[in-house]
Amino acid sequence: MTDVLKPADIHQAEEAVRWAVGNDKTLELVGSGSKRALGRPSQTDITLDLSSFTGVTLYEPDELILSARAGTPLAEIEKLLDDNNQQLDFEPMDYGPLLGQPAGQGTIGGVLATNLAGPRRIKAGAARDHFLGVTAVTGRGEAIKSGGRVVKNVTGYDMCKVLAGSWGTLAAMTDVTIKVLPKPETEATVVVEGLNDGQACAAMAAALGSSCDVSAAAHLPDHVASYFDGLLKAEAATVLRLEGVAPSVAHRTGMLAKLLQSFGYVVTLDAAGSQKLWRSVRQVAPFAADSALARPLWRISTPPAQAHRLVDLITPAAQMFYDWGGGLVWVAMPFEGEADAGSIRRAVVELGGHATLVRAPAALRASLDVFQPQEPGLAALSKRVKESFDPKAVLNPGRMWAGV
Amino acid sequence: MSVKMPETDAAVLSRRAQIVKTLRTIVPGEGVIDREREMKPFESDGLTAYRQLPMVVVLPETTRQVAEILKYCQDNGIKVVPRGAGTSLSGGALPLADGVLLGMAKFNKVREIDFENRVAVVEPGVTNLAVSNAVAHAGFYYAPDPSSQIACTIGGNVAENSGGVHCLKYGMTTNNVLGCEIVLMTGEVLRLGGKHLDAEGYDLLGLVVGSEGLLGVVTEVTVRILKKPETARAVLIGFPTSEQAGACVSKVIGTGIIPGGMEMMDKPAIHAVEQFVHAGYPLDVEALLIVELDGPAAEVDHLIARVEAIANDCGAVSCQASTSEQQRLLFWAGRKAAFPAAGRISPDYYCMDGTIPRAKLPLVLRRMKELSEKYGLGVANVFHAGDGNLHPLILYDSNKPGELDRAEEFGADILRLCVEVGGVLTGEHGVGVEKRDLMPTMFSEIDLNAQQRVKCAFDPKGLLNPGKVFPQLHRCAELGRMHISGGQVPFPDLPRF
Ligand SMILES: Cc1cc2nc3c(=O)[nH]c(=O)nc-3n(C[C@H](O)[C@H](O)[C@H](O)COP(=O)(O)OP(=O)(O)OC[C@H]3O[C@@H](n4cnc5c(N)ncnc54)[C@H](O)[C@@H]3O)c2cc1C
Ligand SMILES: Cc1cc2nc3c(=O)[nH]c(=O)nc-3n(C[C@H](O)[C@H](O)[C@H](O)COP(=O)(O)OP(=O)(O)OC[C@H]3O[C@@H](n4cnc5c(N)ncnc54)[C@H](O)[C@@H]3O)c2cc1C
Repeated sequence: MTDVLKPADIHQAEEAVRWAVGNDKTLELVGSGSKRALGRPSQTDITLDLSSFTGVTLYEPDELILSARAGTPLAEIEKLLDDNNQQLDFEPMDYGPLLGQPAGQGTIGGVLATNLAGPRRIKAGAARDHFLGVTAVTGRGEAIKSGGRVVKNVTGYDMCKVLAGSWGTLAAMTDVTIKVLPKPETEATVVVEGLNDGQACAAMAAALGSSCDVSAAAHLPDHVASYFDGLLKAEAATVLRLEGVAPSVAHRTGMLAKLLQSFGYVVTLDAAGSQKLWRSVRQVAPFAADSALARPLWRISTPPAQAHRLVDLITPAAQMFYDWGGGLVWVAMPFEGEADAGSIRRAVVELGGHATLVRAPAALRASLDVFQPQEPGLAALSKRVKESFDPKAVLNPGRMWAGV
Repeated sequence: MSVKMPETDAAVLSRRAQIVKTLRTIVPGEGVIDREREMKPFESDGLTAYRQLPMVVVLPETTRQVAEILKYCQDNGIKVVPRGAGTSLSGGALPLADGVLLGMAKFNKVREIDFENRVAVVEPGVTNLAVSNAVAHAGFYYAPDPSSQIACTIGGNVAENSGGVHCLKYGMTTNNVLGCEIVLMTGEVLRLGGKHLDAEGYDLLGLVVGSEGLLGVVTEVTVRILKKPETARAVLIGFPTSEQAGACVSKVIGTGIIPGGMEMMDKPAIHAVEQFVHAGYPLDVEALLIVELDGPAAEVDHLIARVEAIANDCGAVSCQASTSEQQRLLFWAGRKAAFPAAGRISPDYYCMDGTIPRAKLPLVLRRMKELSEKYGLGVANVFHAGDGNLHPLILYDSNKPGELDRAEEFGADILRLCVEVGGVLTGEHGVGVEKRDLMPTMFSEIDLNAQQRVKCAFDPKGLLNPGKVFPQLHRCAELGRMHISGGQVPFPDLPRF
């Protein structure tokens, strides 16, 4: 049986953690629990439910900042920003559907704790790059704050960075301040049709190395192309998004189309088509489909230009597509219950980067490393950092690696 | 100097000859400097009011030498202060009398340029500008551009998370570094990140950037390079009041325009700069904005027209858009020469670096004027207006008794004011020794202890750059202790199920 503790304020959150420390109990931190199926399954005694920390506490559109309680639903924040013609520039995805759960459940704390980022990552950065300030309760049961409400700040260590992507293993965040940005006025997408993966990586490198200011670049191979909305044909598509003011988008669309002519047949999508397309890229549409849900899913971050070589090292029966100009590869393995971690990890070692087993049956996640194993020196340092926040390992123990 | 540094270790000093000798076995030849006259250039960084000769200077050339030096110092309880070009304005590279000064200047090679992956791999002693120069032939550049970019090194930029006039749009160092190699005090060499994005686990790179040389010595950096925008143009806009200039900045951003750069100067700064550079700045305004737009010509022209319209709405009395690259550079030449210009109108100046919520600018400028009268010292302001980063230049004369102390007190008051209005002590220059004792105005003891525990995870003996950033250094064993209280269930009045 797992008990649930639902602190109402930061003092109760401190009290809850101190109690856990004093009584050798472990806590699972949960925003809304939408990503529970992610990471290593951990055996914890008590659930620390952070969902009472809700509400936007400060929003100053002119200053480009927003503060909220960490349990505030992402959907609420995105709606508020949308009403003011602003957005989270890092384009966080909604993991729910990918994990067989309803959409629209994530919290801002969960987004930051997992350092999410969608297609605009290559231009705008990840959640970490927009995370300005935090109040959090450490595994010592002490509330700390770091950062502030201004973008430029080097006062003390940047604790926001290390909390971003720490999966709730260092501290329970209660309040966060993030940078928000204006929505682009319009967008368009340039599509190069029919490229193989190697040609596509070269085309994306050429586009990203141009002054066209590409805000997203993906390659959707033949075998998955039909799952994406907005494409005109169900064949391999290398897609490049341009955003900004209308005259600029028009100019750059022409420029980019010309640049990419030598790679293949080029068409362009208007703003509506472009939006649809990138929504389905952001949501990893092919692998959120019912037919795919049972299959293990990997998310691989790698140097972009050689991504096709990494894919060559993975079984051809797997399905995959590329985002981030090749720097992010989503791979769905062909068989339920077989993650083929060996070949994935070997490919990553050879070409650089890291792989996360984003979806797999619990038994598999318990027996395999979900996150990329680290070399011993780095693993030891990570463990010391964990201990500096959470010496008794009461917060999400084992969520990232055994012992961390 | 009013800041108390860690106590000098007499036992270490008494072994100086032996230490120098050992260091010579690690770094042969000219790489170890122990004569006072030759160590003199290393006695301070850009914060020249603070000076201290180090015990010895070492200039290693390889990661292996760095590892051996650090391990030797770790094993023998010797403090180490890393140094890049020594342009820090917060005393981050200030030597210690009983410490080894580890100069990284010989790490000056660009190791790899990878246009396909849009990264450059460089040694930490490469200057900021040299990175851009190394990739310029292909039309690329490295975005963060501190005014000191001719001299300052990438290693120093990483340590201070340096910014520049373009970081409003392109981010600071932390947003433009993908990986690094660091050496811990134990001599362990670790790689963080690489040519790919985001960390596989904890974002340790994010911690190292901005850590002011307290966590590890950086021996290689992988930075993101960008293709240069097709064109850039700047608009020079004069306002009768700083309130109006501030309102214009907010409106530009509020309408959804993020300029490549957006800088403000107040009247004293405008006058100092104009006398020095003759950039054509209007002299009859209270505040001057430089707004730069970059991108394709179609975009830049479109946005300049919009910025001009906003400026006029906000009461601008002059508005001039650059019509040639030469003119654009002239507009910037003034801003970029603001520090030396201050040096011409005053024997000495003291550069501050707070960040404030932009809307508080008029209030802060008003209060600063009052403080200027109180202390009897002039102040000129340059301001990264887009992101609220303020650089007041306090004018003083160190030959007049008491003026340096007054300048420092004035500066501290300005920084307290920044914190009071919701800002922070330092936007890009770092805490160093200079702002160390002001840290408690922003952080509680609990906050500072949590940060020091992170330091302990990297450097448990506290030998790397001690005396910087933290007002009080606690022993790691003491920080690690936890008071564990017993049994009762927390807030039992809440439903548990
Ligand atoms: C492995 C994985 C990778 C993902 N990658 C992406 C991606 O690349 N892009 C994307 O858009 N979405 C991604 N998601 C999905 C995204 O995280 C969710 O859409 C949303 O953020 C869920 O929020 P939640 O509140 O339900 O979090 P939960 O599922 O409750 O928690 C997620 C994690 O964050 C921790 N956490 C939650 N709240 C706090 C808090 N207040 N303080 C400290 N820790 C907290 C939890 O302990 C847990 O480890 C990913 C999810 C997983 C599991
Ligand atoms: C005229 C002038 C203008 C300036 N303008 C700007 C500006 O616009 N924006 C801005 O952000 N800053 C500015 N600065 C401040 C300064 O240039 C930056 O902080 C710069 O990054 C320091 O680099 P450096 O190589 O000189 O480092 P140093 O001054 O030598 O050292 C700075 C810190 O970095 C550490 N360090 C250096 N190298 C390493 C390494 N390899 N590994 C670990 N730690 C290391 C040192 O220990 C020290 O704590 C300016 C300074 C001057 C004098």
